Amino acid sequence: MKNGLGVSQSIVLFGGTSDIGQAIVNELLRPGVAHVVLVSRNVQDAEGFGQQILQRFPDIDVHHVRFEGEDASGMPRVVQEVIALVADIDVVIVAQALLGEGLDLINNPELAVPLATVNFTATMTLLLALAKQVSHQGYGRIVLLSSVAGERVRRSNAAYGATKAGIDAFALALDHDLSASGGSILVVRPGFVTSKMTRGMKKAPFSTTPEAVAKIVAKAIDSKVRVVWCPGLLRWVFMIFRHLPTAIWRKLPI
Amino acid sequence: MKQKLSGWGRTAWSYSDVITPSSIQEISAVVASPQPRGVIARGLGRSYGAASQNAGGTVIDMAHYASSSGIELDQQTGVVTAGAGVSIDALLKYCVPRGWFIPVTPGTRFVTIGGAIGSDIHGKNHHVDGSFGVHVLSMRVMLSTTEIINLSPLEKPDWFWATIAGMGLTGLVVDATFQMLAISSSLMSVETERLQNFDALIEAMGSADDDNRYRYSVAWVDLLASGASLGRGVLSRGEHASSNQDSRQECLAYKPKVRMSAPPWVPNGVINKLSIKAFNEAWYRKAPPKRKESLESIAGFFHPLDGVRQWNRLYGTQGFIQYQFIVPLDQTDVLRGVIGRFADAGVASFLAVLKRMGKSNPAPMSFPDTGWTLTLDIAAGARGLPELLSTVDTVVLDAGGRHYLAKDAHVSPRAVQVGYAHLEEWKQIRNEMDPTGVWKSDLGRRLGLVDP
Ligand SMILES: Cc1cc2nc3c(=O)[nH]c(=O)nc-3n(C[C@H](O)[C@H](O)[C@H](O)COP(=O)(O)OP(=O)(O)OC[C@H]3O[C@@H](n4cnc5c(N)ncnc54)[C@H](O)[C@@H]3O)c2cc1C
Repeated sequence: MKNGLGVSQSIVLFGGTSDIGQAIVNELLRPGVAHVVLVSRNVQDAEGFGQQILQRFPDIDVHHVRFEGEDASGMPRVVQEVIALVADIDVVIVAQALLGEGLDLINNPELAVPLATVNFTATMTLLLALAKQVSHQGYGRIVLLSSVAGERVRRSNAAYGATKAGIDAFALALDHDLSASGGSILVVRPGFVTSKMTRGMKKAPFSTTPEAVAKIVAKAIDSKVRVVWCPGLLRWVFMIFRHLPTAIWRKLPI
Repeated sequence: MKQKLSGWGRTAWSYSDVITPSSIQEISAVVASPQPRGVIARGLGRSYGAASQNAGGTVIDMAHYASSSGIELDQQTGVVTAGAGVSIDALLKYCVPRGWFIPVTPGTRFVTIGGAIGSDIHGKNHHVDGSFGVHVLSMRVMLSTTEIINLSPLEKPDWFWATIAGMGLTGLVVDATFQMLAISSSLMSVETERLQNFDALIEAMGSADDDNRYRYSVAWVDLLASGASLGRGVLSRGEHASSNQDSRQECLAYKPKVRMSAPPWVPNGVINKLSIKAFNEAWYRKAPPKRKESLESIAGFFHPLDGVRQWNRLYGTQGFIQYQFIVPLDQTDVLRGVIGRFADAGVASFLAVLKRMGKSNPAPMSFPDTGWTLTLDIAAGARGLPELLSTVDTVVLDAGGRHYLAKDAHVSPRAVQVGYAHLEEWKQIRNEMDPTGVWKSDLGRRLGLVDP
């Protein structure tokens, strides 16, 4: 459980190689953290980050757990594995997602399956399994990396945006369900973040960095906020976008 | 009903099912079929951290348990039996007019007898009278089997001492019998003096020959003073006045007052370095430069903070922590170093309190021991606090010291393993008393005292 200084004892990252996820973990590390669990598809790829953590804080126990982002029905089992390592989960960051950039989905519909499974179905089962644990604990913060792409879905990343819209909506309702138990969900809606995931892509306006996102998220974790935008201005930009008439929306060069 | 709870410091909130029992059967029923997250007793929640809350589990609200309000005083001997939910406030109101005072009182009278036992509280008289536990003659404790047993230093002494300072994790105290102290006046005869730096303070309190002449002795230290004034403070020592010092008609009258209430909502940062510096300076200047005698009320001498109801809200939503540690008597350099570190870091603290403690008792988890204890309040959101405290924690442990769990909101499990040499022994007794692991608290989980 968080101590009186607001330091989390155990931090879990699903998507252990995610740049944003790692930046958030870095931002949360302080003396008093006891466990960090990196849950990744390729454990070796997360080991370097584990080493970095140990260099800064040799007393922290860093654990690696393997998972398959597409294995929706396997998520409860992975969550059990994590609980067996750390007992209670203080903060868990759900950062696994596929962007599906450049895929010709119209001509290859089957390529949408892994994208929809990782971003939506498996994230849903993961959130459910985490919600069960958090509500059992009577406290705990689940951080879902969503995206502004889900606020009004654009044709340029329709599949990705639609999965984010779905999981974002699901998480907000699940948070409502959790609220009486003491647990809660924080939905994070970043705009374009320069990271591994977007390498080679053209930067969108209001682009930001994993570190900047992490600062906003770390602050929001300590508050009662349910949704944050990164950068904050995007909240208002997308509020306008959401209300634009379709005719105008479709003309926008985005 | 699910209720959001924290300790007095208003940090680390969590949700527990809070049950205010109306009968002992109701308590047995809860304990007989516990939730997986277990059960813990709560007194008046004056522990600063998470000692009497239980995220996802059950909390038994003993302070509002009506059948626990009985006080039976033997007027001749001063032996009293009180329900665990009885507050020191209620006890003093009943006993002081009858010429009896509680053997140990903390800095607030709003704690219960159960809480006094659970934390094995100490007061300004620890150097001569020891902590609360040594005055307990016997107690009735409900085990996780719901059986209620009698414990005393003679009957099952190891279970008795494991429950003293056991933080509620060995069983639920139902009531306790203890020896009160005879008084003939409700006034305190007090000597106050100002000491201009750390050395002067240590010299004045450090000599047992001198200090032990006073039943009560404690010093307030200005942690914001630095340089030549580092560790300056006000030493206050006293004894119960005798009726011939007291010119009042009713020498045993006792009517403590609550003067005001803190506003329900205070923005963070009202208590800051500037306001504390001004306050500390005024407090120091107000104290007489030379030893001066005066008569004070019990409330004024022991419980000055109780004059403001809910003063803990003054820190705003961030809450605050109280840091209390002890180091052995010969570690005054370490003590000076720690005070220096806090002064350098500009950690603003009201009323840091320094006290020389007397010897320990047989309770394996009891905090006090021969040495110096320093206590300070810090706003929980203070910048760099986790780093500063983790450094100081190490310094304290390396010097053979430890931290007081009733105040704790941040130390690591290792700090308890290193600081409490009898931890393993206590755990063994605890497992014997509670083999199914029913008693659990947020503090116990964080510090690894119990399984999650
Ligand atoms: C202003 C202020 C000044 C203080 N000054 C001092 C001081 O000078 N010296 C000192 O030693 N402490 C001091 N304290 C701390 C306080 O005395 C202890 O934390 C005390 O235990 C609080 O009692 P409570 O009734 O509020 O119990 P809680 O804080 O609710 O509980 C404390 C512990 O006791 C256990 N407990 C409570 N009731 C029972 C029961 N019936 N059976 C079994 N376990 C039980 C709980 O599980 C918990 O672990 C101070 C606190 C404040 C707010």
